[in-house]
Amino acid sequence: MAEQIFFNVFSLIALVSAVLVVVNKNPVNAAMFLIVSFLGLASLFVMLEAYFLAVIQVLVYAGAVVVLFLFIIMLLDVKEAASKKVFTPITIASGAIGGAILILGIALIRSSETLDRSKEDAIGLDVDPLKEFGNQLFTTYLLPMQVTGFLLLIAMIGVIVLSKKFEKEGA
Amino acid sequence: MEISLQSYIMVSSLLFGIGFFGVLIRKNTLVVYMCLELMLNACNLGLIAFSKYHGAMGGNLFVFFIITVAAAEVAVGLAIIVALFKKRQTVQLEELNALQK
Repeated sequence: MAEQIFFNVFSLIALVSAVLVVVNKNPVNAAMFLIVSFLGLASLFVMLEAYFLAVIQVLVYAGAVVVLFLFIIMLLDVKEAASKKVFTPITIASGAIGGAILILGIALIRSSETLDRSKEDAIGLDVDPLKEFGNQLFTTYLLPMQVTGFLLLIAMIGVIVLSKKFEKEGA
Repeated sequence: MEISLQSYIMVSSLLFGIGFFGVLIRKNTLVVYMCLELMLNACNLGLIAFSKYHGAMGGNLFVFFIITVAAAEVAVGLAIIVALFKKRQTVQLEELNALQK
């Protein structure tokens, strides 16, 4: 029972602050609600016993990513200009299609029997989850791990190149 | 535990929907970017829920990679936005319509 209450509270926090991110006119406030939404999600990760990922979520998302967003918002000093046309025909069309797909998907999830699992049906891990995580990271998923490392290097070089001022050729 | 897998997938899909509509209706590039992050996080929640109820570690590892890629993506994307702002002095999507003309 207590778990159900916690689940409802955390998912409500995540969803409501996600809505506030979308509707907020001020980008700084939107970034703040983004932190709240990420914290709600991290709590849900804890409820799913993914403790390591919950910590990573708070450190990387609520820490690094949102701080980067706030830094750029301050740097550019952007103000939301009153938009003339929020709903263009393309927006309405894609919104209708996206909404229809979402409603269909939710209906399917609701009626699905294979998804209707409770914890008792779950196959439990009989080893330490974090140990298993690290073990798989360096055995089964070694290649993705290496590729991710290279991706980070490439991203770093890319950011340096993008923000560097180039002298004109022959000037 | 009474919470079924369905509930988690439901929260995940709703969060994805919110992010999707945010991308559609917002005109500020930075907020559009935040909504993209919301969508990525919704996928993460789904993957972790599936991983938990299946009793396998694969989903958790994928979430780990997604978080890493998202962090790299944010760094590059924001650098592009700053470069764009230097050139055009705006981050409003409706004013960035050079390809439409």
